Amino acid sequence: MNKNKEQLLNKRYKAEQRFRLYGLSAIFMAFLFLTIFIFKIFSTGYSAFQKTWLIVPVTFDAELMMLDQNPSKEDLQDADYYDIALKSMADLDPNANEDQENELKRMVSYFFEKEIKNELLNDPNLIGKTKEVYLTASDDLDQVFKGNYPRDLPEDQRRVSDYQLKIFDQLVANGKVESKFNISFFTNADSREAELAGIASSFMGSIFSILVCLMIAFPVAVLAAIYLEEFAPKNRFTDFIEVNINNLAAVPSIVFGLLGLGVLLAIFQLPRSTPLVGGITLSLMTLPTIIIAARASLKAVPPSIREAALAMGASRMQTTMHHTVPLSMPGTLSGTIIGLAQALGETAPLILIGMVAFVNTIPGSPMDPAASLPVQIYIWAESAERGFVEKVSACIMVLLGFLIIMNLFAQIIRHKFEKKWS
Amino acid sequence: MNLILFTFIVLLGFTSYYFGRKKAYTIQSTKKRLTALPQFYGYYLAIWCAIPAFIIFSLWAIFEPTIVKLLILSDYSNQGYLDDELNLLYEKSKALSRGQFTGEITPFIEASAEKYLSLRSIAQSSKVVIVLSAIIASVAYAYKRISSNSRTREPVEKFLNAVLFTASLAAILTTVGIVFSLIFQTIDFFKVIPLFDFVFGTHWYPAKAFVRDSSEALDPTMYSDTFGAVPIFAGTFFIAFIAMCVAIPIGLMSGIYLAEYASTKVRQYAKPLIEILAGIPTVVYGFFAALTVGPFLKELGTSMGLEVSAESALAAGGVMGIMIIPFISSLSDDVITSVPQSLRDGSYAMGATKSETIKRVIFPAALPGIVGSILLGVSRAIGETMIVVMASGLAANLTLNPLESTSTITAQIVVILIGDQAFGDPKTQAAFALGMSLFLVTLCLNIVALRVVKKYREKYE
Repeated sequence: MNKNKEQLLNKRYKAEQRFRLYGLSAIFMAFLFLTIFIFKIFSTGYSAFQKTWLIVPVTFDAELMMLDQNPSKEDLQDADYYDIALKSMADLDPNANEDQENELKRMVSYFFEKEIKNELLNDPNLIGKTKEVYLTASDDLDQVFKGNYPRDLPEDQRRVSDYQLKIFDQLVANGKVESKFNISFFTNADSREAELAGIASSFMGSIFSILVCLMIAFPVAVLAAIYLEEFAPKNRFTDFIEVNINNLAAVPSIVFGLLGLGVLLAIFQLPRSTPLVGGITLSLMTLPTIIIAARASLKAVPPSIREAALAMGASRMQTTMHHTVPLSMPGTLSGTIIGLAQALGETAPLILIGMVAFVNTIPGSPMDPAASLPVQIYIWAESAERGFVEKVSACIMVLLGFLIIMNLFAQIIRHKFEKKWS
Repeated sequence: MNLILFTFIVLLGFTSYYFGRKKAYTIQSTKKRLTALPQFYGYYLAIWCAIPAFIIFSLWAIFEPTIVKLLILSDYSNQGYLDDELNLLYEKSKALSRGQFTGEITPFIEASAEKYLSLRSIAQSSKVVIVLSAIIASVAYAYKRISSNSRTREPVEKFLNAVLFTASLAAILTTVGIVFSLIFQTIDFFKVIPLFDFVFGTHWYPAKAFVRDSSEALDPTMYSDTFGAVPIFAGTFFIAFIAMCVAIPIGLMSGIYLAEYASTKVRQYAKPLIEILAGIPTVVYGFFAALTVGPFLKELGTSMGLEVSAESALAAGGVMGIMIIPFISSLSDDVITSVPQSLRDGSYAMGATKSETIKRVIFPAALPGIVGSILLGVSRAIGETMIVVMASGLAANLTLNPLESTSTITAQIVVILIGDQAFGDPKTQAAFALGMSLFLVTLCLNIVALRVVKKYREKYE
């Protein structure tokens, strides 16, 4: 009998341990996912911050460029650089036939003549001389150099030919291939060529959308929260508003995209693909988040503050505006920043209002067509070229960086400025 | 032009504030008692400046285009044009006046373009004159009226209250906007496609409904068997089900562990770390699912002799489940911590172990709240877009095999609406109809979930 009891007790303790283990492993799983996730993004993305350059000797032959003696600045602008650019690439292999010359040309980026042109514009004395110029390598060779490209595939499945690889290996052996920090990733707009594509246009698009979103959502949300928390009578109508707010906070974001499409674009005829429309759509989405945060932080201001102000003869409006609202600001601001961080990562509604258009210029105002960082991730992730994979990861790293900074900022505001009432 | 006028009005507002306050000081200097602080006199005047400006601006924005259009089209009124043709003429002359017209320029259109420009400039200048004179008149009137015993604080505060109230209507307006933008397109859609076909049809193939000209658009036979949404709904719930299979055990168990077992220190660090998962943008999850999880599952399946699609429902659902973990763990953690300590103490006193207490006492007590959090998670899974668009299939496929690809409501909306849309095309309307069903389903889930959670909170408060 006693033995039986002990067995039962042991069984119960074992069950206890098992249960504890389940909980621990659940948390462990969640961490594991997070780690795999971050590791994967970093390991595919870090190489995008490096860019491969070929160092190619270019002869600035005045005749080939159709330049007269003593050319002016305009002449240099209008000169023909394509021929010398082609020639300098063809000269890499003196025995090349016509097909091979074509392949040589495709070893550098599509706009390589522009790079040669800039070299001459910076130093007009180069005419007639030969100089080693840094040319952006094509995205496939860039991937080969970074070791992301399987060289052992059969040739017809590769986008780099055996001949190109041979010349490239010669260049590497001669030290004519160099890897440098990829500035153009941050300064270039989007491009069809992976080696030239950058995040500048989508970054500006994101900034403009977030600014528009902040300018609309913040004032409206704060005013609404003040009304609901401090002035609203308790009746059916205000209950209805509350139910609305709580529901909107849980409506799928794509529905807001349909709202933007059906109302902002179709009825108000606002310009498509612009951060203005994107920002308005996002502001409707963040509105409930900010209202809820602002109300919570207004509620946290102790009633004694209000009573003291009222006792001194302040009106209700004065009490609210001079005492309650300033005291609630830290909480409201950190809620706003968290709401904006959410909006910054949002993709689906922006796709619906047309912010997926290919934009190869950097937008200068919220009225210009633009993409945004998450949409850029989507666009690149959908392209087939191998060179875009690392760009996507790099873009994700930039986006996550911004989100982390915003969230830290929200934490700092909350901990530094919020008064603790006890 | 509008910007300059706006700045000017703002400046006028500041000036009237200054004058209002100054008048209050003058009254004060005559030893009379003021009924409000001097700045309220200023605010009072500034409001008298803002209101007429706002009213005239909005009236102008509403009526100016219509009146200009009427005036221009009155030239054509007797020439037997149809309404559509008149509209086209108007749009053409508008485009020409902006220098964006590319078609053939007829003298008629040129004349109306010129007329359009002159009318616009007349409208602009009369707007400036009317706004400025209205402001000056109203401010001057108010300035005259304020005296030592006039009330200024009350009207100012009433005005502020009205502003606050209007702001709080924004939430209602957004909901109205959502319903409004969805409902008309949906109704139009069901005029062409019978509701029955949509809800019970099993073939979803919207690409077939591509029409070149509008005469075809009204031929319903063409759309039979094109817009049957069953595969889409099934796919949506299937992927959401897979996601919940991942999210519920992990989320719930980590919520329980954090609430009942973890020390304060562990909790302090573990909770925000798990919540990072909720802060990662969904497009990033989509990329992860498409690039890593999908191919990994495919390889794994091939090595076991299974045929796995690279865009399997399992990959999308699994990654979506990871995304939902923090929603469930945080909410259930909150719910469990708010179970009163007395229940635990009672159970321990009877000799129950911790896990028995959790399973037999705390879990049943917290069940409504946990159900609420799970429902919110389901609503998220159904409305999630980017993961499905990037990692799951884009073609509808009625299947219950998690290794095949399926499509969801959200993915179909994106597929249909990406790029240019023609309103009035049943394909576009189908996207709105899908959006409407999505909105209704998530709305029901949210209302039920929020109500359950609220009831639960009230029980233990």
